[in-house]
Amino acid sequence: MSHSCCGAAACSTTGQKKIVLVGNPNVGKSIFFSSWSGIYADVSNFPGTTVEISSGKIGEDVLLDTPGVYGVSSFNDEERVARDVILGADVVVNVVDATHLERDLFLTLQLIDMGIPMVVALNFCDDAESLGILIDARKLEDQLGVPVIPTAAVKNRGLKEVFAALPLARPGISHPEVDQAVTKLLDRIDTRPEALMVLEGDEVVAERHGVAPENDRERVYLLRRQKANEIVAAAVTRPEKSARMRDLLGRLCLHPASGLLILIGVLWGCYELIGVWVAGDIVGLTEETIMQGHWEPWIRGLVDPLVPESSVFGQILIGEFGVLTMTITYLLGLLLPLVIGFYVALSILEDSGYLPRLATFVDRLMTGIGLNGRAVIPMILGFGCVQLGTITTRILGSKRERTIATSILNFVIPCSAQIGVIAGMLAAVGFSLSMTYVAVIFACLAVIGTVLNKFIPGKSSALLIDLPPMRMPRPGNVLRKTVIRSFFFMKEAYIWFFAGSLGVSLLQVTGGLKAWQELVAPLTEGWLHLPKEAATAFVMGMVRRDFGAAGLTDLALSPWQVVVSLVVITLFVPCIASLMILFKERGVKEAVTVWIGAWVLAFSVGGILAQIVL
Amino acid sequence: MSLCDLRHGQYATIDTISDETLRVQLLRFGITCGTKVRCHCKLPFGPVVLKFGVQEIALGRDIARQVTISI
Repeated sequence: MSHSCCGAAACSTTGQKKIVLVGNPNVGKSIFFSSWSGIYADVSNFPGTTVEISSGKIGEDVLLDTPGVYGVSSFNDEERVARDVILGADVVVNVVDATHLERDLFLTLQLIDMGIPMVVALNFCDDAESLGILIDARKLEDQLGVPVIPTAAVKNRGLKEVFAALPLARPGISHPEVDQAVTKLLDRIDTRPEALMVLEGDEVVAERHGVAPENDRERVYLLRRQKANEIVAAAVTRPEKSARMRDLLGRLCLHPASGLLILIGVLWGCYELIGVWVAGDIVGLTEETIMQGHWEPWIRGLVDPLVPESSVFGQILIGEFGVLTMTITYLLGLLLPLVIGFYVALSILEDSGYLPRLATFVDRLMTGIGLNGRAVIPMILGFGCVQLGTITTRILGSKRERTIATSILNFVIPCSAQIGVIAGMLAAVGFSLSMTYVAVIFACLAVIGTVLNKFIPGKSSALLIDLPPMRMPRPGNVLRKTVIRSFFFMKEAYIWFFAGSLGVSLLQVTGGLKAWQELVAPLTEGWLHLPKEAATAFVMGMVRRDFGAAGLTDLALSPWQVVVSLVVITLFVPCIASLMILFKERGVKEAVTVWIGAWVLAFSVGGILAQIVL
Repeated sequence: MSLCDLRHGQYATIDTISDETLRVQLLRFGITCGTKVRCHCKLPFGPVVLKFGVQEIALGRDIARQVTISI
């Protein structure tokens, strides 16, 4: 769906133009991207989802989407990625939020100072209108010197007009003082955008050209800020007072008492939606009635005459763990509804603007484990998919924070598919036992975080986050995101499911499974007080965590055994796919430490709990 | 006096921001020395949320402490 496009001259051939979408986080760039290129791009209402660059084609030209940034420089990974794509752009489409022009024009003016031909899409015009904000687009156009086109991307307004204006893209009116300083550098640096970066003290770009970075960043930024404020003063008229419902709602999310109530409400809503409705009612229908009731007998009847179930191949195809029976049932009957349910919830939370407020709300708690509130974003994504969470730790300020966050993600955070199965199993054991499970997992999280915070040297960065306005999520956008994300998740997940069930089937027909069960029986039976068949779940859990949890649903367990087995499977090693990401993101040493550590942690904590309650 | 001393609903003018990176980051959001801000809300021991125009920004305590203000 997307690939990283790094380096200033990457992926362009002669005659091909590079059109780059640039804007602050949450301004709707991705809608422009998918509308023009017809290719998937993710849109969300919090900083940090598009770390990779999406690229698509418009005729002969290449269209690139960049991560949302507040300016072009090197404060974090997203900015570094965006910077390099922008430096290689032929045309820039700058999407700005009409309700946040003071903030957004800073980036616009920086792009203008770069001298790249551009078009400005003045997005959220519908929102601005309903807030009573009047923007004189003509005046804005005169001041900036580039075409400015009003749009309302989510309502599909203005997208075509911006596209049609692409040939009109032109360099804007640069700040005279900045212009002079940049021009002076052009004898040493070949392109104007890069010269501006050097002027603003960007060390990486300076090094590429073998020059020392200038020290003018603050002066240039101040000039730019003044100009942005002047333009807003001239082109924007705001109503005197804007105390509105959503203002109040935004503040209620942050107030200690009401914020906690809202958080509990949100969690309860997610639990009702995913844990009760989807994991219970929907999965009951899809897994038991449809898949086990209709699909499995049908496929058995079809395959059995050709390959008898009693044969080795029959076992692999349609046996207890068969790729055509259990795997298909788990994938379509269990995993798919859960993943869809999770993404619906996540998309609603994202689009509402609640997540950055949640980050602010929990900031104080997070500082206790060496993170700031922003880390709640990879954590929440981790509840969707640990891989996604691990990748998103890039938005955190320091290596130290990334290590702490990835450790917590891979040790204690269960992914959406696993949560679904866990929630389903917990629903059967009642409230107080469920709370025991939650308390044990939270205690592990707190202990791991506190210990890492104490022993990893250095200092974590503090929270600095922009709070976008609370917006009513639009069903269309939520649906679109859910479909796309579920599709990509399933596309990535299914292969590991097949590999896992194939592995388990092979172990079963070769007798390896029995041997493994016997081998770890002292652990499962003696230490965890679980039936020895639970060992099968651990084998599957190494492949995919949810697969492991699903393996527990078929066992006859007492309520307390359910809690113990769920604690073990939650704390157990990350799935193969997550492990691969962990290797890539954090290096061999950290990945191996986490993987081995997870074995130790899962069996120690699970065992201690079993010794107490069983 | 720093941002931490602001009470809910109070207005203040930014005087100094000691750290350079922070100064530049706030500049991009629209906060410079002399900017008038309002304390939108303040979490106990947690971040201070500022409002100026329609913009809302949350600053962790460690950052808020580095920004001096006058009322």
